[in-house]
This record gives sequence, structure tokens and C-alpha cells, in this order.
Amino acid sequence: MATPTALLDELGKRYTLSEIHIQRDDLLFLKVTKPQAVRFLKDLRDDAGYTHLTFMTNIDYIEDGRFTLTYMLHNYDTHHEIGVHVDLDRDNAEMDSIHNLWAQGRTYQCELREMYGIRFPGSPGLDDDFCLEGWDQIPPMRKEFDIVAFSEERFGNRPGRGSTDPREHMGTVMYPEHRDGTEH
Amino acid sequence: MFEPAAPVDLSSGKYLKLWQGPQHPGITGNMSLELTTCGDEVVACKTHVGYLHRGFEKLMERRTFIQNFTIVCRIAVPEPTFNEYLYAAVVEELSGIKAPERAEWIRTFNLELMRLGSYLMWLGGVGAAFGQSTIYQWTVTHRDYILDLFEEMTGARVYHMYIVPGGVRGRLPEGFEDRARKVLDGVERLLMDVEKILFNNVVFKTRTKGLGVITKDMVDPYGITGPNQRAAGFARDVRRDSPYLMYDEVEWDVITGTASDTYERAWVRLQEMHQGIRIMRQVLDRMPTGGPFQTPLPNVLHWEVPKGETYIKAECTRGEYGYYLVTDGSQYVRRVHVRGPSYTHAIALMEKMAVGTNIADIAGLMVSLHTYPPEIER
Amino acid sequence: MKPNQSALGPLMNEGLPPEDRDLFSNARPVLYEPYPVEVVEKFVNWVRANSLWLLAFGTGCGAVEINPLMTARYDAYRMGVQTRPTPRQASVFLIGGYASVKTLKRIIRSYEQMQGPKFVVCLGICPINGGMYWDSYNTVNQFDLYLPVDLYITGCMPRPEVLMAGVLELKKKIMEGRADGANRYVENFDWYKANQKRVIKNWNMPDYNW
Repeated sequence: MATPTALLDELGKRYTLSEIHIQRDDLLFLKVTKPQAVRFLKDLRDDAGYTHLTFMTNIDYIEDGRFTLTYMLHNYDTHHEIGVHVDLDRDNAEMDSIHNLWAQGRTYQCELREMYGIRFPGSPGLDDDFCLEGWDQIPPMRKEFDIVAFSEERFGNRPGRGSTDPREHMGTVMYPEHRDGTEH
Repeated sequence: MFEPAAPVDLSSGKYLKLWQGPQHPGITGNMSLELTTCGDEVVACKTHVGYLHRGFEKLMERRTFIQNFTIVCRIAVPEPTFNEYLYAAVVEELSGIKAPERAEWIRTFNLELMRLGSYLMWLGGVGAAFGQSTIYQWTVTHRDYILDLFEEMTGARVYHMYIVPGGVRGRLPEGFEDRARKVLDGVERLLMDVEKILFNNVVFKTRTKGLGVITKDMVDPYGITGPNQRAAGFARDVRRDSPYLMYDEVEWDVITGTASDTYERAWVRLQEMHQGIRIMRQVLDRMPTGGPFQTPLPNVLHWEVPKGETYIKAECTRGEYGYYLVTDGSQYVRRVHVRGPSYTHAIALMEKMAVGTNIADIAGLMVSLHTYPPEIER
Repeated sequence: MKPNQSALGPLMNEGLPPEDRDLFSNARPVLYEPYPVEVVEKFVNWVRANSLWLLAFGTGCGAVEINPLMTARYDAYRMGVQTRPTPRQASVFLIGGYASVKTLKRIIRSYEQMQGPKFVVCLGICPINGGMYWDSYNTVNQFDLYLPVDLYITGCMPRPEVLMAGVLELKKKIMEGRADGANRYVENFDWYKANQKRVIKNWNMPDYNW
């Protein structure tokens, strides 16, 4: 079995890899371009032994206007993990489907469509309800979705229920004399 | 990997659409299976989840790191400590904190005790699904003695909030080890009884042998982990393969099976309970009784975790449980993703395995995969 | 002053497709009228209080403490409590903590399928004011806007002892004739329905399921 560095050297010949970041001995993250991504995952699965799709998720970088998909793959022989990042355009997020590579890919894609509004053309059952039912707002996991305002508007709060920010409350109400000491 | 189901003409009168759940006794937790049946044979199955969706990942994005630690345990109801440990572990790794050794021992014990308690509840579920409610009465009662230990250790029965980033919240009480040993002895005797009454029971054997076979080539494409995978003959266990906490210090065996049917999965879990008791006894023997149990944290009200990302996994009762944390250097989480093993077991796998079984077996099949809905939808 | 139920007209069942509307009843729920003789009503209440059948629908995390409650150690059977798998046979609906919108729809449907006398008991802090999930986009914050609640058992999570105390309290309320949630539901039916439809956006079931 190839060591992760040897593997990266070999894959680097065929794919544009960037932002390689070794987090631990058994975990590294890298970024591939969107057109290459599914082929890259397939190569990792079929040739490099990364047969287990641990999970697939998405990170919302609203300030850069991009989504970053993360596929986490695990190699059962070397017990090594690779997190594959793929950048998507936030306003028109669309990605190739991996439902043919892993059975649970379909479910993850359905969830990401619902929670972020990412399209995966060809993924079966993509538009089915996953967690939500009758959702009429923007996808809830997107950063611009304000859950406090929504919860207040849709569900209301019982009168008398208060909520304080611990930083404010401890500094001004509970321990005003230590206010300067606790700031840093 | 995806095999589309054969189209079914519901208007032909040959098929019946049958919902099992969410309000149904033969379902694990609050989820539902939409079965299409022909006679009593299931020809198609679709899992519906989301009845317990609280949007944890979104809630955690707007809470500080110390506030998050109180809510993570609520993600998987019967097994909160795995969430606590994994959340603490990802935060510790990114902020460069190391928990003291004593805390690691206590965490190991805590996790194994939780595993035993969760398995006991599952064993009761197996008994109940196959019409043996006696088992359910016994195991849930013994699980309660385990909850008593938790209460003594942490102050709470179900949601402990005990494992904090940097260590654990308190030391073990005086005389705890002896009481823990007594409970473990009791559970061990119970397991022997259960083995006699359930695993040698002809009804149980007839109904479970050959039901719901996971073939070897299904394991990787479906992302099957944990006992479901080990019953198929793979000796893969996160505790052995990527040791965390004190699992490489104690002696225990990875249990595997061959037949990979419902009976074998139950058998593997029963043996793993014995292994868990073995681990816990060693931990109790070797646990240091002095020394710090917590590393001081920075001022938690203004705690900024450096920019980074990591993924840490642990072997929970049902398989690989993992936390993926992305931080951006602020006081809040950029993204956290919880990887629950039930995600693939209850949806992709269940939808495949249910086809061809009959209605009466669905409950047993569901229980044998050991799924908890709250960790699917979070 | 109680509104006259019959004067309000039949239910429209507007969530259903037009061809399905005939399949379901459009009648409104009716008020429970106590027996005219007080001692008979008291006796009936005593009988009701001593055979509480729980609907075994684990709607949230609170359901995990129902298992110990119903097994050998705490054994709620000795108080006349037992679990039933179907709403048609149950008289107590135990809301196990937070209700997500998707579950709330099923809760309403199950509740309306229960036959009277019926009581709703809420476990945990979440149905009262949202609890830990007060800012969640998918859980309701005040459960009593959607269904009438007879008893709250607070805590996170409520222990089996507290559940037993709650059962005893519920019995007391029933015997005193104060557990009138089902009647409140009938009297304020339109208000409850409006609240329910405000959060459940895909209302594709009849307005009153029974």
C-alpha cells in the first residue's frame, strides 16, 4: 500500500491538487477542481483503496461566495483518511452526483439539496423531502438564514422567557467588579 | 450502486402501500418505513426520517464552544457520551489542549459503560421484536443500574454533560469502583441467562437465521460499519485500528462473525458486551486515583479556537461515529458535521434489505441493524 | 360562554384534493357533556383515572425514560398505566419532549384519532418554551398553541420518579374533573386549527381526523 505522500505524488500527476494540509498522520485534506472531482473520488476508491465514504458535507463560506463540499474517504488497509474539498459557486451551486459510487451518496445529496440548495443532476430522489416537510423558506443551513428571527416569527416565544448572552450578563450583572479582569 | 426499484402499479390492486411508523411499536424510535407489499411480501421500502430533526448543526454554529458542549449530548438520545467525547476531542485537537491521563481513563470507562447500557437496551428491543418481552424487562432493569452509576458519576441519568473539552467534569465518587464492579457482575450473569433463554430459543433461531444477510461485497459500497460489518467477517474496529483514549492499553478482542444474518449480528453484539465488561474491569483496576482530571481551559466566555479543520471518530455501539469540525478562528464554529452510523444503515441499507422479506420480519430486521433516528437527522 | 358548535358549519377539508374530500368526514368534534347526576360523573372519573392507557409514540427524547418506567424497576403498571400501540385504544398522549414540525403533524393526527376521554401530558422543558431548541427552525416553542395540554412534567430529561409523580397528579386532576383538555380543544377548535396550519405548511390531511 502506498503511503499518503507517495499517493499524492502519483495523483498529482493526473489531477490539480491544491491546499494539501496534513492534519494528523492518518488524516489529510486536499482540494481538487470541480470537473475532476468525481473522477478523482473514483480513482481513490478503485485504485488507492479508499473504499469507505465516511460522510459528505458542505461548508458555507458566505464571505467568499463559495460552498466547499467535503468528501471524507477512509482506507481500511492503511487506516488513513482523506478529506476531499471541492469549491462550488455559492449562487449557482451544482455538482456531479456520486450516487453510482456509494449507495449512501444519494441520501447525502438529498440532504445537501434540502439544507443548502445544491443541485446534483441525476441523483435519484433528489427533490424528495428529507428532514423538512413543507419548507417554504431558503434552505436553512445557508449562513444568511437567520434562525432566531425565523423561530420568533413562526413559533413565537412564550412571554417571560428571557435569554441573555453569557458574556454580557456575567460582565454587567453578575460580576461587574471583574469586568476589566475577564476581558482579553 | 443505486438500483432503482421496479415500478409498481398501485392501482392494479395487487400491491398495498403500508406505513410502518412513525406511530408504530415495531419501529426503532421516531421514523417510518413506507412499505409496498404484495401479499405479505415487501417489494419496495422507503425510509422517511426527519421526525426528530432539530437542526443541531445550525444551532451549534451560533453558540460558543462552551455552550455547544451542553447540547451535543442530545444528538443521540440513548448514547450521549460518544457525542460528548467526540466534541471534546475535536475541540481539543484544534485548540491544542491535551486532557490529563486520569481524564482519559475516566472517559474510557464512561464510554464503555454507555456502550453496555445501550447494548442492553438494544437487547431488550430484540427480545420485544421477537415476542420475548421477558428479555426486555430484564435488560432495561439492568440498564437502569448502569444509569444509577452514571448518576453517581455525573449527576444525571441520561444527559450527563460530563466529558468537557479539557477533561471530565469531576472525579469518581468514593467507593464507586466497588459498586461498578457489582453492577458489572450482575450484567454478566444476566447475559448468560439471556444467552440461554434467547439465543437458544427455537423461535428466535428460526426467525432470525438467514434473515437480512449483508453480503461481503455490500459492506464498503453501503458504508456499513460497526457490529453490522463485523458480523459479515471484517475485523474492523476503530478502537483497534486507530486507537483513541486508553484502548491500546487494555486487552480485548475484536469479535467477528461469518453468517452475517440477524442472528449473527445479535450474537456478535452479545459477545461485544462481554468484551466491554472485560475492558471496564481492566480500566477499574488500572485507573489512577490521584492527579488532575481537567486541563485548565482559556476563558471560556471569550474562547477562540484557531482556524483549522479535523475529523475524529470513535467506535460507538452501532459503528463509526465521527465529528467533523471546521473553525475559522472566531468564537463560533464555522461548520460541524456529525457522522452517525445509522445514517447509512437505516436508509440505504434498510431500503435494500427490506425487499423480499415479509411484513412480520421488518421490525426484527430494523432492530438487528441497531439504528437510532436522532443521529440520522440530528 | 361556549360557542355553539353546530352553528359553525361543517369543516371544509381544504387541504385535501377535491376528489378525496368525500372520503373523510367533515363533522366537527363534539363537546363532552358530564353525566347529569354528579355522583355518577365522579364515579366515572374515578374509573378513568385508574385505567390510563398510554399511547406508545416516542415523539422525542423523553421516550427513552418510558422504558424504565414501564419495566420491572419502576413498574407503572401497578398504577393502572399501560402502553397501547394504537391511538384508538389509548387515553393518554405522552409528548416526549420537543415536537418538530414534521412530528407535530403526526401528533395532531394521532391525537384526533384517540377517543375520549383523552389527556395530553408533556415531558421535558421543550414543549413549554422551546427549552434548548428555542431558536431551532424546526421545533415548536409552545406546544399548547397546537394541542391542549393537561399536565406538564418538566426537566431535561424527567426522571422516572417524576413521571410517576406526574401520573399520580394526572389521576388527581382527572378525579377532580379538572383534566378538560379535550373540551378546550373542541371549544377553541378554530383557534387551534389556525395555529396548527400556521406552522404546518403542507396540510394535506382532513381538518379533523377520526
